[in-house]
Amino acid sequence: MEADFAAMRQSIVDGAPESALALAKQALEQGAHPLEIIDHGFVPGMSEVGEQFAKHQMFLPDMLAAAEAMKAAMSVLEPELKRQGEERPSAGIVVLGTTKGDIHEIGKTLVGTLLTANGFTVHDLGVDVPSDQFAASARELNADIVGVSALLTTTMRGQKSVVQALEQAGLRSSIKIIVGGAPVTQRWAEEIGADGYAKDAISAVALVKNLLAHKFASAEVTV
Amino acid sequence: MRPKLELLEHSLVDRILDEAFELLETMGTKVGSPEAVDLLSSAGARLEDSTVRLPQVLVRRALESVPREFFLYTRSGERAVHYGGDNVHFDPGSACLNILDSETQQPRPAMSLDLIRMVQVTEMLPEFAAQATAMVCNDVPSEIGDWYRLLLVLWYSGKPVITGAFSIPTLQTMIELLAADTGGLEALKNKPRAVFDVCPSPPLNWSEFASQNMLELARVGIPAEIVSMPLAGATAPVTLAGAVVQHAAECLAGITIHQLASPGAPVVWGGAPAIFDMRTGNTPMGAIETAMLNMGCAQVGKSLGLPTHGYLVASDSRQIDAQAGMESGGSALLGALAGINMISGAGMLDFLACHSMEKLVIDAEAIASAQRLLAGVESRGETLALTAFAQTGLHGDFLKLKETRSLFRQEQHFPSPVIDRRGDGNADDILTRARTRVNELTDSYQRPHLPAEREERLCGIATREAGRIGLDHLPGIEVPVPSGF
Repeated sequence: MEADFAAMRQSIVDGAPESALALAKQALEQGAHPLEIIDHGFVPGMSEVGEQFAKHQMFLPDMLAAAEAMKAAMSVLEPELKRQGEERPSAGIVVLGTTKGDIHEIGKTLVGTLLTANGFTVHDLGVDVPSDQFAASARELNADIVGVSALLTTTMRGQKSVVQALEQAGLRSSIKIIVGGAPVTQRWAEEIGADGYAKDAISAVALVKNLLAHKFASAEVTV
Repeated sequence: MRPKLELLEHSLVDRILDEAFELLETMGTKVGSPEAVDLLSSAGARLEDSTVRLPQVLVRRALESVPREFFLYTRSGERAVHYGGDNVHFDPGSACLNILDSETQQPRPAMSLDLIRMVQVTEMLPEFAAQATAMVCNDVPSEIGDWYRLLLVLWYSGKPVITGAFSIPTLQTMIELLAADTGGLEALKNKPRAVFDVCPSPPLNWSEFASQNMLELARVGIPAEIVSMPLAGATAPVTLAGAVVQHAAECLAGITIHQLASPGAPVVWGGAPAIFDMRTGNTPMGAIETAMLNMGCAQVGKSLGLPTHGYLVASDSRQIDAQAGMESGGSALLGALAGINMISGAGMLDFLACHSMEKLVIDAEAIASAQRLLAGVESRGETLALTAFAQTGLHGDFLKLKETRSLFRQEQHFPSPVIDRRGDGNADDILTRARTRVNELTDSYQRPHLPAEREERLCGIATREAGRIGLDHLPGIEVPVPSGF
């Protein structure tokens, strides 16, 4: 029997983790390849949710539920991939955190959830993260993107410190830095020398995709 | 619990009604229609000169036969407006001569194409339960201005209609059009699609046209909506309570005439009361006192158990600005809280002299907020918050809870992009957003189905009546080729 890609896609759109998990298991039992299941079954569901969100037909709780369903499916698909000695090609490695002195995490966590659901490898450093730790983790994890969140105008300055820390660590040219949070603007991002700003989690996914497309495009040129 | 705001002490309502009855008994009301005067006289009213004095017992008897509720229906026969109780509906303002040009934002005479466009926008907005014959079309001869508006609304809409006649002969044409649209006079009476506004002249003057209009409507069984318009300080006492007394007396007199002609015919305790501005001599529809008058008048009608109407959601500004938003939004909320059954006025500017398509879509947002307010605060689970906290602790992760996803749509109203919540500082200004919305609505509008034989009948009546004044075409209407050819 063919793997039921349509049902998989629908389980993501419905935000139904139980059914996503069951469908993933069933497909594996039937011998489908995990990557095929991910790319043809579940990822199209995430894309549809993104489109519906953009059209105001779905909302944040729907988006999060879809991400949860994605996570449930991946919880059996990823171990199976590893067992077969393969890995899902990551769309990019992202290090996220909230600046030193700031303990607000909902925005940052949301960005992380949506990036994960869209195939990125996300390392969430949590809240109240010193600038040096952003730099150290970025180096250690070979990050493509560092995302720095701040909710307060006072802790927003910490975003500039992260840019400086990455410069001092000699990582600035290989890593794109994105910033976000209620008081943050595109202008502030430019002022502190960050590479991008997004007003919400959905735009952050688009921003990261865009930045990485450029990054890899320019890398190919230099090679 | 549905939120409700009563402006008047119950004892004040009693005093208002006492004075209104006394006014009708001692001072009386002018009644212009000889037929109405005869009806009143033979029922026990005293006639002196052209003034009719109404004994309280006569008025009370009329009140007893008025239906406490009735419905307006869509063309396809579904109930869409429920007059009675605390039900609240909105429709655009009526019958103004100018439109604020979408491009220039300057007022200019309204044309039939403007009315058609407004009908299309109104048809698409769920905030409006009914259409209004919103503009007098300046490209149509004034003699047929009233029925022509109705024809255009019937042609382009399936929703109920708030309308009104300018003369008795044209009233007959309007009734004929409605009957053709609904499938006959009996069908129209059983499932009325329209209500007719009838305006007494303040103070206490039921002109020949107004009183005859009430008689005709009562006999056909099409709902009449009394639009009493006391102007506090000019054509009515300056105090708000005094103006409400006059409104009550005018409505009571109208109801008495109406019920004598046909007991049990549907009629609405309605109005467009306003204050008279002592600095400018204008009648500000956006004034807070005007809203208070509407609330007070409706409350008195409700105390008698009658269906109600008011005139709110209009602004006196001449353009789309903060004043327009403030006045219209504020009075939409107040009218809704007062539980007024039909609130007319959305879209209007400049003391009801000018309509605006852009304002109509902005007002729809204020109305949607008012409707959300009326839905109130509900308890939706076994606990209010404890279950949610039990699942997420003090982690603050409510966004991920199943409860959040299953309930947020009931809890939150999502405005259209007319309301800027993007928070990125890149939004267009309100006028641009409203224009975009108008265009989107008219682009997605589809004309509701109108059976071919009814189209032909409507066109037949219109062509015949237009022909009487030498008009050889029907502006804004593509006349169908009769079947059988």
